[in-house]
Amino acid sequence: MSVAKRDIVALEGVTKRFPGVVANDSVDLEIRPGEVHVLLGENGAGKSTLIGMLSGLQQPDEGRILVDGEPTAITSPRHALALGIGTVFQHMMLVPTLTVAENLLLGGPWWQRPKTEELEARVAEITRTLGITVKLHAKVSELSLGEQQQVEILRAMVRNSRLLILDESTSMLTPKGIDELGALMRRLVEQGLAIVFITHKLKEAAAFGDRISVLKLGRKVGEIPPERFRALGEQAIISEIVELMFGKQKDDPEAAERPVRTIRAEAAPLLEVRDLAVAPTDDAPGLSSISFDICPGELLGIAGIDGNGQKHLAEALAGQRATVGGSVRLQGTPIEALSVGERRQKGLRYLTDDRLGEGTVGTFPVSINFFLKQVGAAPFWRKGVEQRAEIDKRAAQLVREYDVRTPSLKTPVARLSGGNIQKVLLARELAEGAKVVIFNKPTYGLDLSNTLASRQRIRDTAARGLAVLLISTDLEELLSMCDRIAVISNGSLVGTVENADDARTKVGRLMIGLAA
Amino acid sequence: MTGLFSEVFLSALLFGAVTAAIPLLLAGLGEQMSEKAGVLNIGIEGMMLAGAYLGFVGAFYSGSLWLGFLTGAGGGVAVALVMALLCVRIGLNQIVIGIALTLGLEGLTALLHHFQFSRSYPRLRAVDVTVIPLLSDIPVIGPALFRQHLIVYLAVALVFAMGYIYRRTQLGLNLQAAGDKPAALDVAGIDVVRTRTVAVLTTGALAGLGGAYLANVGAGLFIPFITNGAGFLGIVLAMLARGRPVWVLFGALLFGVCLSLTTAMQVAGINIPTDVIQMLPFLAVMVMLVLFGRRASLPAALGIPYERGAR
Repeated sequence: MSVAKRDIVALEGVTKRFPGVVANDSVDLEIRPGEVHVLLGENGAGKSTLIGMLSGLQQPDEGRILVDGEPTAITSPRHALALGIGTVFQHMMLVPTLTVAENLLLGGPWWQRPKTEELEARVAEITRTLGITVKLHAKVSELSLGEQQQVEILRAMVRNSRLLILDESTSMLTPKGIDELGALMRRLVEQGLAIVFITHKLKEAAAFGDRISVLKLGRKVGEIPPERFRALGEQAIISEIVELMFGKQKDDPEAAERPVRTIRAEAAPLLEVRDLAVAPTDDAPGLSSISFDICPGELLGIAGIDGNGQKHLAEALAGQRATVGGSVRLQGTPIEALSVGERRQKGLRYLTDDRLGEGTVGTFPVSINFFLKQVGAAPFWRKGVEQRAEIDKRAAQLVREYDVRTPSLKTPVARLSGGNIQKVLLARELAEGAKVVIFNKPTYGLDLSNTLASRQRIRDTAARGLAVLLISTDLEELLSMCDRIAVISNGSLVGTVENADDARTKVGRLMIGLAA
Repeated sequence: MTGLFSEVFLSALLFGAVTAAIPLLLAGLGEQMSEKAGVLNIGIEGMMLAGAYLGFVGAFYSGSLWLGFLTGAGGGVAVALVMALLCVRIGLNQIVIGIALTLGLEGLTALLHHFQFSRSYPRLRAVDVTVIPLLSDIPVIGPALFRQHLIVYLAVALVFAMGYIYRRTQLGLNLQAAGDKPAALDVAGIDVVRTRTVAVLTTGALAGLGGAYLANVGAGLFIPFITNGAGFLGIVLAMLARGRPVWVLFGALLFGVCLSLTTAMQVAGINIPTDVIQMLPFLAVMVMLVLFGRRASLPAALGIPYERGAR
């Protein structure tokens, strides 16, 4: 009781599992009034799950949540609100067809008339102290994203929240909007509120935070308390966070020594990409002037935070996505005008990260899935008729060779585990005639043993003299396998790093937007 | 042809139109509430049939039309309860369950009716009408619109009550949020499943009432499959009305006129095959869809079961 600033909410050893994934692994967290507590981590680090548990959408499997020092099970969003925990979710939680006022009134007892006058008075008071303006009678769908976010913050304030959680709130804002949000957060904590601010942008963390916790693959890997935060300069904080986020951990089971391979420098590149460009879409930045070479036997990694154009790059190379410029040469022959099938014929192979959606037909048997890209071709089809015996013979061979654990060749491929589906894909794409192979997140969602097996398979592919492009969001993976690592950010390659001792820091800095 | 535009004929035509419109109005208002809350209620035809059957049975044995309306609404609620349980709480496919309920109730009501009355179709006595003074003396319109059973006036009043609920009450806000952005309602602390359940049960009550009206007032008897697509017309009305109860009323009257015209033209002996005349209401549906349907906006989460924190 003597401590001036007691935790409003504290997490103790909180663990949350989803089928096949540990989203949060024994996380401890203290949230205090008057502080902006930044939760920093890449996509998939478990930030959103943590927020889900604080806001009552999900319950922890292990560990406990303390509210005002009392162990509390936050059972529903209503309960979270009653405890004074207000959340501004990454995706807007406003009804677009209702007005701002109606959205703020949502949640009142259904038998009452909405108390519009009361709300107006309350909003006027709050907006005055915060220095924001809100159009109460405008439809939400007519507001900008920044304005919508202010409405959500306002809603939390109207409901007397003591703890405000902002989940990736800057991801959709303009730079000016981000600065305004930062100033607003500062005013809110000065009024005694606690704020949890989730982001994967380092600069925002350093600029707006009082305390920083770093999450990585569901675990909390470090914390910078306010005292240290104030003592360090911005540069020192950033480099400390880089170390926490991308630093090597001890006793990592995935650690593997990268064999030193010598690439024949005189060999002509197998794949040459020059100024490749893809038009931006609504949800992706597109690609601009992507250029790189891959020599025979070389493993080039593409690092970057998810959603920066990785999928577009893979699809553009495979011929699945229209490009607006640039050239792609395979062994010196231009292939940019060829179709998907023709590129495959030439030896370009693409292992998609969407194993069940795009990679396989889930209801088809394992055997047919091996030959999906050869449907109609001899010797497996003759005159349009499926040659069952031929298919089964070759499929059985591939199952043995690639160690696919399947009950039978006739089992629908969707019933296999992710790791075994991946083996089917590997077997199909690495089959005869492969020269250049593109892997997109090849170990995403696999368990450890399948991850290691897939990585070995990729290394072997390069060792056979093929050119390999490995796209991954897992920096460890790239560091353990690649010869060179290029970093993609916002649709362009921002730098390429030789995989030497200092590659980790260099790539890490490139990934978060700092020069290497 | 001389009889076609006589005062008596026009008045009968309008009277028939109102009688035909009321079940459509009630079904449309009910469906509208479900859809507003994000539940596509294809089972409404089944709910109407349950209402028609139980409404008739209630009125037949008690001799009270009002008790019949009550049992009819109860029948609709009973079917809606199944729908709410399977589609809202458990989250099964709304279209499949809706069709199953409709087909199931078609069979069940026909079977029960057969057991009870064998092949006879007993009639109820003619209904008492509430005559509104002065207004009922207006030529043509007066006898058609202002000499109706009390429930007709109540149904029209319901249109305005619904409009008030949707636009002026907390419940209206909750319903709309449940259909447009259920997650937003959930994080605002309102149970989405409960809100949608309330909407579906209300739909059941209104559809059941509509069915009971159809049997007890419209026909005066129950025959199997008596609703003959009225529930589906209600779905069309709700979709065209874009959330406005008044539009349901206009639409129901338009269809009512078509249905009434079908009968009237047959009575007038106009030399068109009856099959063609009977297509009229459904032709009207298609014309209305072509004219207005393209701009009809449906709730964003319509037909999608809500699961909290789904990922």
